[in-house]
Amino acid sequence: MNRSVSRGSRLGLAALVLVAASACGTSTASSSSSSSSSSVDAATATSAAAFGGMSGLVAAAKKEGQLNVIALPLNWANYGSIISDFEAKYGITVNQANPQGSSQDEVNAVTSQAGTSSCPDVLDIGMAVAWANTKLFAPYEVSEWSDIPAGQKDATGLWYQDYGGYMSIGYDSSKYTVTSVSDLLSSSFKSAVALDGDPTEANAALNGVMMASLAEGGSLSNIGPGVSFFKQLNSDGNFVPVTATAATIDNGTTPVVFDWDYLNSASVVNLPSWKVFVPSSAVLGGYYAQAITKCSPHPAAARLWEEYLYSTTGQNLWLQGGARPVEMSAMQANGTINQTYAAALPAVSGTPVTLDQSEASSAASYLASNWSAAVGS
Amino acid sequence: MTAAVTTDSANVRRPLGGRLRISTAWFGAAPFLVYTAAFLFLPTVLVAVGAFSGPSGPTFANLAQLTQPYIVSAFEASLVLSAVSSAIGAVVGAVLAYAVASGPPDGVMRRIVTALCGVLSQFGGVTLAFAFIATIGTEGFIVVWLQQHGIDFYPKGVWLYSLTGLTLIYVYFQIPLMVVVFMPALDGIRPQWREATETLGGSTWSYWRHVAGPLLLPGFLGCWLLLFANAFSAYATAAALLDIGGVIVPLQISRALSSEVGLNQANLAAALALGMIAVVAVITVLYSRLQRRTARWLP
Repeated sequence: MNRSVSRGSRLGLAALVLVAASACGTSTASSSSSSSSSSVDAATATSAAAFGGMSGLVAAAKKEGQLNVIALPLNWANYGSIISDFEAKYGITVNQANPQGSSQDEVNAVTSQAGTSSCPDVLDIGMAVAWANTKLFAPYEVSEWSDIPAGQKDATGLWYQDYGGYMSIGYDSSKYTVTSVSDLLSSSFKSAVALDGDPTEANAALNGVMMASLAEGGSLSNIGPGVSFFKQLNSDGNFVPVTATAATIDNGTTPVVFDWDYLNSASVVNLPSWKVFVPSSAVLGGYYAQAITKCSPHPAAARLWEEYLYSTTGQNLWLQGGARPVEMSAMQANGTINQTYAAALPAVSGTPVTLDQSEASSAASYLASNWSAAVGS
Repeated sequence: MTAAVTTDSANVRRPLGGRLRISTAWFGAAPFLVYTAAFLFLPTVLVAVGAFSGPSGPTFANLAQLTQPYIVSAFEASLVLSAVSSAIGAVVGAVLAYAVASGPPDGVMRRIVTALCGVLSQFGGVTLAFAFIATIGTEGFIVVWLQQHGIDFYPKGVWLYSLTGLTLIYVYFQIPLMVVVFMPALDGIRPQWREATETLGGSTWSYWRHVAGPLLLPGFLGCWLLLFANAFSAYATAAALLDIGGVIVPLQISRALSSEVGLNQANLAAALALGMIAVVAVITVLYSRLQRRTARWLP
């Protein structure tokens, strides 16, 4: 009996993975079947004006009463405060799914749960996923649309970047000193250096390898030196193949971490000696983007969520979490930025660069064929 | 699992003659058959279909991708991990099971060991990985304690977060699982057979060589295969311990499903899964053959 139970449970797990695999492979996106019960069709509204202004939108959203979000860790860019403030302000329940999911998991949920009440209303995704899945998004322009720089939004409103930061090295300063990327190759960093995920899977990790590449003589179109750098780290025994999280930083498994500066900063809470370093030779920026899904079961609440995120309140909450909100320069110009939070950002010197669509995809395909061999044991 | 279905239905059918009886037997088996159809055969079919599908219709491109060096090495690593951890588990577990089975059947020792093994054989996933990280991780309490006494637990570098570490962790649940599944075979060995051997002038060696060995071998190999499949399909422990580098096939499947940097290929995931199914199918066939041999002798 025990035998079949044991085997069943493990194979059952495999079977579930397989079901998920095949579901993703065969399902297609379907457009939304739901709509607001008011006279306005919220699912096709492209601005608050369609609701007769913000008060109309708020009323429609409150009537729906729910919002489905996905893959928002509470310690990621201050989402914990953002969600609770939004709930308190509008009396809308925010249903959170799969907080540790990747951007691709978000999109997979949209395709596999289309037409159900659990389909995500809004997404916060990496740019590679945003570019590849615009057919799943409903266009919308928030009231502050003009404050978002032109290069950071889709002209038709399908996606709009929300917050970003710079790739950084977080480290426990009670044990280490980091002044450059190549420092990490020294023998004092034995089993110390980690990434925030697998770079063939996670956007932040891909940018981590890219930052190493920039520091080691590569370029945005050549991630090879970054892969060589990690290969060297691995053969020297300095690389820890564990996904860094607040927990692994806390328990000392990953005392040196490549991650976005705002995520590295979020770890400070538990470890006072934690420092965040952005190398001036490799200032690599990256933004995430918001999108409303076509399958959204709460289309008005989804639109209100975006209005809230791009309001001064929402933008300053991201800033409080150490992330640079997309309207930051406009807010600095009109004086609505929270000066205390802005001053707390890690110091950055050097010229920032960001990956564009073709650079990101060529980096990813290089990693696909070279990463496993570089760090596989 | 396929084997389980066929042997089960065969067992159900054989003793029953009349038509009415067969239908009640099928009625009793229905929940099981519906369950396996929904959660085993249907997923298998979907995976197979997915493995041969592409953006523009049927294709062999996904299967062709399985020959890429990084995927080949993931399959190699998976097979080595399963082979080594199941071999260690099978041998050590069999010895432990024999030690326990040769004691008094109602002894305290036996009750403790079987109860412990029952629990530990199901101890896996994130909790098990964390237990090892907390014990012999870089800041694990044993490592730190030894450090305080001037001993370096990892003189040649940390191997916990590697295939070696994963093998060690898998062995942790393989040994108790072997005890649990191999004990019934040992219990089937009657003391009288040994006495008969001795009466006929046989030595301990000839008892093992001609009586107990041949009787237990199919069961032993069957349990070994079970352990192999058990390790081969495990995912959560590996994901919690070393999810960077896609070292083994289940981790590659996870990557192909949830990559957010543009490398998500659900059809490649299906092809990888199909490869795993092929390996497990071979094991299942071998297992069912051994099972039939074992069933001839043991109750």
